[in-house]
Parts: sequence; C-alpha cells; structure tokens
Amino acid sequence: MSTVRFDQVSKRYAEGREALSRVSFEMQQGEMAFLTGHSGAGKSTLLKLIMLMEKPSQGQVLVGGVNLNRLGRRQIPGLRREVGVVFQNHQLLFDRTVYDNVALPLVIAGYGPREMARRVRAALDKVGLVGKEKQYPIALSGGEQQRVGIARAVVNRPPLLLADEPTGNLDPELSAEIMDLFQQFNQVGVTVLIATHDISLVEAMGQRRLILHQGQLEQD
Amino acid sequence: MAESGRPAATGAQSFSLDVRTRLRSWMRHHRNTASGTVNELVGSWITTLMTSLVIGIALALPGILFLIVSNLMAVSADWQGGPRLSVYFDQPSEMNARAAELRQWPEIISVEVITPNQAIDEFQQISGFGDVLNSLDRNPLPGVLVVAPGSGEPAQIRLLSERLAEVEGVTSVSSDIAWIERLYAMLTIGERLVMAMSLVLALGVCLIVGNTIRLAIESRRAEIEVVKLVGGTDAFVRRPFLYLGLWFGLGGGILAWLLIEFSLIFISGPVAQLASSYNSDFVMTGLGFSGSMLLLLGGMLLGVVGSGLAVSRHLGEIEPQ
Repeated sequence: MSTVRFDQVSKRYAEGREALSRVSFEMQQGEMAFLTGHSGAGKSTLLKLIMLMEKPSQGQVLVGGVNLNRLGRRQIPGLRREVGVVFQNHQLLFDRTVYDNVALPLVIAGYGPREMARRVRAALDKVGLVGKEKQYPIALSGGEQQRVGIARAVVNRPPLLLADEPTGNLDPELSAEIMDLFQQFNQVGVTVLIATHDISLVEAMGQRRLILHQGQLEQD
Repeated sequence: MAESGRPAATGAQSFSLDVRTRLRSWMRHHRNTASGTVNELVGSWITTLMTSLVIGIALALPGILFLIVSNLMAVSADWQGGPRLSVYFDQPSEMNARAAELRQWPEIISVEVITPNQAIDEFQQISGFGDVLNSLDRNPLPGVLVVAPGSGEPAQIRLLSERLAEVEGVTSVSSDIAWIERLYAMLTIGERLVMAMSLVLALGVCLIVGNTIRLAIESRRAEIEVVKLVGGTDAFVRRPFLYLGLWFGLGGGILAWLLIEFSLIFISGPVAQLASSYNSDFVMTGLGFSGSMLLLLGGMLLGVVGSGLAVSRHLGEIEPQ
C-alpha cells in the first residue's frame, strides 16, 4: 500500500504564483526518497500539502489511503499525529527543556507519565542526546538542536517522516550524521521523505530522487 | 521504531487509544493545565494581581451597590408600626365623636385620639421648648386622630386619606405614605441601577479578561503553532487559555469579596450609630454564604466567557506556517 500519493496536484497561491503544477507520484510504505530542486521549486509546498498546512488547488493528496481533500478541520490533528516533521529551523520551544520539547507529541496524544518517559528516553537515545533532557535548547549546538527536532518527530513512532531542509544550517559532517539517522529510521520501516537542495549529499545516499523544477516533477 | 508493530499510516482516524485511556489522559491534561496555569500566574504575580484587581473592582462596584439597596429594603420592610394617617381637626370638641364614627369604618383598624393638650405635653417633653411654649397665650397645636389603615398598600391608603379629608370638621389629612412611596421608588431605581451596572461591568470584565488572554495568545504564538503541527486539537490548544481566564475570574471574585466585606466593616460603625439614634438595633447584612459563592462563581464564569471570546477570535488565526 502506498503511504503517500499525489494525483495531478496543483497548488496556486492567492497572488497567482503556481507553486506546484500537476504533480503525481507515489511512495510505498517503508520507502525513502529525497525531494530536490532549487529554492522556490515547490519542495516546501509539497511537504505542507502532506501535513495539511496547505490545501491543493487541484488534484488529490492521499496519505495512508485517506484523501486529504475529504478531511475536515477536526480530523487534521489526527493526521498530523501520524506524520513526523523535521524543519530546518527546528521549531523548538525555547522556554522548555529538551525533555518537554520531545515529549510534546506524547502529551498531546495523551500518554501516561511512565510510558512518556520511556519513549522520550528511547527517542533521545536514538539521536544521541541522552543526558541532555534537562537542558534548554538554547544551550545546545545547531546539530544538537536539529537532533532534538528529530527526536520530537519520531517520538510518537509515526509511520511517515518528513523533513524540510533538515541539514540546511549544518556543516557537511553533521549533515551526513543527520542523514544517517534518517536512514536508520527508514531501515526499521518508516517511510521517509526529505526535501533538500544538498545534491552531493543526496547522491552519496543513493536513494530515490524526486526532482522539482518550477513546480513540476521532472524526474521520479 | 523497531517495535512499531502497527501498519503504515492508516489515515487520520487510525489514532488508537481506548476510551478509558483517553478519558484518563483528558483528565490528566486538565489537571496539568490547571496547575500549570496557576504556576504561570503565580510566577508573574504582580501582573496577575493587577489584572485580578481590575476585575475585582469591576465586580465589587455593583456588589456594594447591591448590598446598599438590599439593606435599605430590609430597613423599609420592617418599618415599625406600618403607615399611619394623621387627621387634623380645628374643633377639638368634635374629635371624640368623629373617632367613634371612624372606628366603624371597615378599612380602619384603630383610631387614637390626641387632643391639643396631650399634643403640647408630648411636644414639651420631646422638644425641650418648654419655656417658649409656656409663654404662648394659647395652645397652637391642633387635635389629631391617628388612624391606622387596614391595608398597607399605597393606593388604598391614598383612597382612605381622600375619604377622610371629606369628613366634617377635618382640616387636613397627612400621611407618611408619600415618604414610603418615594423610598420604594428610589429603591426600585437603585435595583435597576444595580442591574444595569452589573451588566455593563460584566461586559467590562469579559473584555478585560479577553484582552489579557489575547496578549497571552500572542506571546505564545510559536508554541501554539508547534502544538498544532504535532497534532494538538483545538480543544488542547484552547484549554490553558480558558484556565487562565477561569483563574483571573476567580482571583477577581476573591478580591471583589474582600473589597465588599472591608467596605461593609468600614461603614458598619456609622450605620450602627445612625440606627441607634432611631432606637433600632439594625445591623447591615453582608453577602452571606450564597452571595459570596455567587460572586466567586460569577467571576469565574465571566473569566471563562471572556477568554472563550478571545480564544475563538484569535486562535483560529494561528496556523503553522
């Protein structure tokens, strides 16, 4: 079964700019792919459509077999709990500890304190941040902050993981480490889609590539 | 992820926790939010106190006015002896005969005769004008029949006083009913005033809380975006703000209660003095238990309504970008 499916999806913004035009592709469960293209090619828009942060102007987006066009406002949170997202700017809460940042999806999902602690520790262990639970994100390096963001994205064990320029601010060595992490998640069955303009890194990984050029999918 | 045994994304509704677990987590989140918001408010206690005080003053104003009106009503309700009509005569000699006649009227309970001599004796005793009165060559006071009507209703008394005025030998009839009528009218105005003021100030409380919550929402915009992004429902996002409103309302209610009770203590001395000068042991009544509860619950309700308004207006605007 496909985890993500785009059917002739176009996205036109209010000001008339067409961010995506007639994009169609499919990702199978457990697949890993990179979404590349110049900035402004529509990478972020594509990810936002999967998260329902935007709605397509035309076409259909299906996540886990569910047509997102048919999802009401009240069902959006349910979808988002099934999708982990990592951003270039981390989107961390700087007035909360690393633990609280990572635990947030679990608090929202309603986990009990014991199960929560167990899962947060497991996620932090996975990204190599054990022992930093009580620190605040501001005290961490850029790479570590990004790892906190990744831990938060995977703590609820979503079947689908999206990343928007996750290595944007990191040096090549750290970038490779982060990408390695994503690959590890993919190896245990998580479907992973990463938007990046870092071509050399993508080529080194040898995974499927979705190339966007001016809103159109050039190569799949 | 290794132990993630469930199938790949099965869509938005697939999120599965059984009902009891969800209820428990719902209650836990309420508990955590309630205590979390209290901590937050205590942490910035000066701002909290200021806002609560503004709310408290807005609640205390109609509260104090209400107490004044209700106490005045209590005073006038047990006005001692009820209304009396004074019927004045030019010719004191006719008085006893007329009193006997009036006692036959069904709408009259009793008639007391006060002759001019009795009147001047009483006046001398009370007023202390003894010497002045002695120097007068004749008694200037008229004779009076004090009539107690059967009905306390102002309209009935008015009718009776008109009939009494037509009785032979009567020069004039006066009653304290006009005074009571005026008091009642004023108290009715007072009641309306309390209602109008309560409405206006309730609206004010809603707006104060609403504005405070709007600022709180604005300062937590980033957090709201992240919470929505990782699947927080609208109710989840709304909850802390509703609790903030509830606590502001409760704080305002408590401060209003203190303001009202202290005002009462402040004026109770002079009121007791005034009452004792009327030979009354009248004591002002405060809010009492039910009144206090009403004040606190009212404050909390207004707080929640105010923050609810702010939340419904502003939370929708914040979506993850």
